[in-house]
Amino acid sequence: MSTTTTDTYKKASLGERVRPDFPILEREMNGQPMVFLDSAASSQKPQAVIDSISHYYTHTHANVHRGLYQLSQEATNLHEEARIKARDFLNARSEREIIFTRGTTEGINLVAHCLSLCHFKEGDEIVLSEMEHHSNIVPWQMVAERLNLKIKVIPVTDEGELDMEAYDHLLNERTALVSIVQVSNTLGTINPVDSIVSKAKKRNIPVLIDGAQSTPHMAVDVQKMQADFFVCSSHKMLGPTGFGLLYGKEEWLDRFPPYQGGGEMIRSVSFEKTTYNELPFKFEAGTPHIAGAVGTTVAMEYMEKLGFSAIEKHEKDLLDYGTAKLSQIDGLRIVGQAKNKAGVISFLVDGTHPSDVGMLLDKFGIAVRTGHHCTEPLMTRYGIPGTVRASFSVYNTLEDIDRLYESLQKAVKMLR
Amino acid sequence: MSSIEEKQQEVVEEFAFFDDWMSKYEYIIDLGKNLPVIDEDKKTEDYRIKGCQSQVWLDASLNDEGLVDFKADSDAVITKGIISLLIRVLSGHKPQDITKADLHFIEEIGLREHLSPTRSNGLLSMVKKMKTYGLAFDHQTK
Repeated sequence: MSTTTTDTYKKASLGERVRPDFPILEREMNGQPMVFLDSAASSQKPQAVIDSISHYYTHTHANVHRGLYQLSQEATNLHEEARIKARDFLNARSEREIIFTRGTTEGINLVAHCLSLCHFKEGDEIVLSEMEHHSNIVPWQMVAERLNLKIKVIPVTDEGELDMEAYDHLLNERTALVSIVQVSNTLGTINPVDSIVSKAKKRNIPVLIDGAQSTPHMAVDVQKMQADFFVCSSHKMLGPTGFGLLYGKEEWLDRFPPYQGGGEMIRSVSFEKTTYNELPFKFEAGTPHIAGAVGTTVAMEYMEKLGFSAIEKHEKDLLDYGTAKLSQIDGLRIVGQAKNKAGVISFLVDGTHPSDVGMLLDKFGIAVRTGHHCTEPLMTRYGIPGTVRASFSVYNTLEDIDRLYESLQKAVKMLR
Repeated sequence: MSSIEEKQQEVVEEFAFFDDWMSKYEYIIDLGKNLPVIDEDKKTEDYRIKGCQSQVWLDASLNDEGLVDFKADSDAVITKGIISLLIRVLSGHKPQDITKADLHFIEEIGLREHLSPTRSNGLLSMVKKMKTYGLAFDHQTK
């Protein structure tokens, strides 16, 4: 890429325009202007999201669904607006299909727990992939151990793509669930979820899609995707921590027994017999994270305002520029070279350990993630101790990548 | 033979010469590269202190004079450099002196972040393990 093209790019980039909305990006780290490249772990928040939470506590807070007084009704309205917004954001048929959770991990645990009580039977098989996050492995292992189920794993190719042929062979009459990540947090691979789901559907097998890394970057349509379950976390998509969404097809959620018992999820309680609330409240025991819901509404609105086509284009620009730039570093190897990739660059540099690189980048003011990224089986697959991972969000710019490149060069020089 | 306290002072004085983080880290990296490696047969699960980010192996033995010798290794060179400082300070001392040592030099040379529990690089566990060795050898010699 020539310098002139880069300059025009920079002027026009989405990152440049939205950066001022994210106050934290003004801060320094180790005495240097901070470059934040760890959005795959958790994204930063725009001022509008921060303000909405503060405004909620300042003006509208009361417990929801209970009070007859105006304040409680206003809080309830705000809380339930998030559900309507989430329904549209994921294109679910009904808000009854949107369950509020603490995040992706809780969503998966909820589905695993409920399926273990009403669907799985001994000898059943669960199909996962080698690139799953521990959150999409461990809950299934826990259930598998209890019920004597088998976990089957779709292998990953050297490039970091799912071996779809192997997937075809893994599906059989014992397969009781397929649970796959839409975008890999470690490799950035965008998996062909439509085809994964449709292949399972032909055999009437339910599918869960882990959308923790896809929702920040692309428009999701759960009806088009046809997945039975879809989970995501607000904090990765510009929203607050401790809040997430579980989409579940109504026919499944109706069949499911409750997950946790407590207030909110009941219709009537006596010591003899308790009856449960209707969807979605059946799965939301206890006082919910109302401020989380409020902030999430604003985060979703913010992303829609930017527009997913603009977000995707910007992140593609960052990915292409970053890939080209980092590849110039002698001995640098990118782990995850799928054709269809989101804004994640995982890499290793010959003669250096990822944790050493990460420590020095931190001193240069660059926030990247190092280690196994909660995908140990994937590290084992590639026979590596971990990677350095730079991940991008809407607010990153080409300058951020230039800073990463320059600092990485210096770090590598120090380490070799 | 200097005491643990004197050795800590030496390290602190050495580090006082560095006026920026880069020269400090370059020195630590050098120490890491020059740390005598642990025997390959000791690089096993038994000797491994598992950290989230890098691996550390530690071995200790009691010599004829009743002093503890530490040997250690890591796959990450900065971790190895810090290990080399810990070994320089703690190796060659009596078990009970190791157990009760207050390792204030780490903080004074500005490396405290590397021993924070959130770093999970195995260094904090390594310090604990060194002290446990001290305790074990102390019991053994009594």
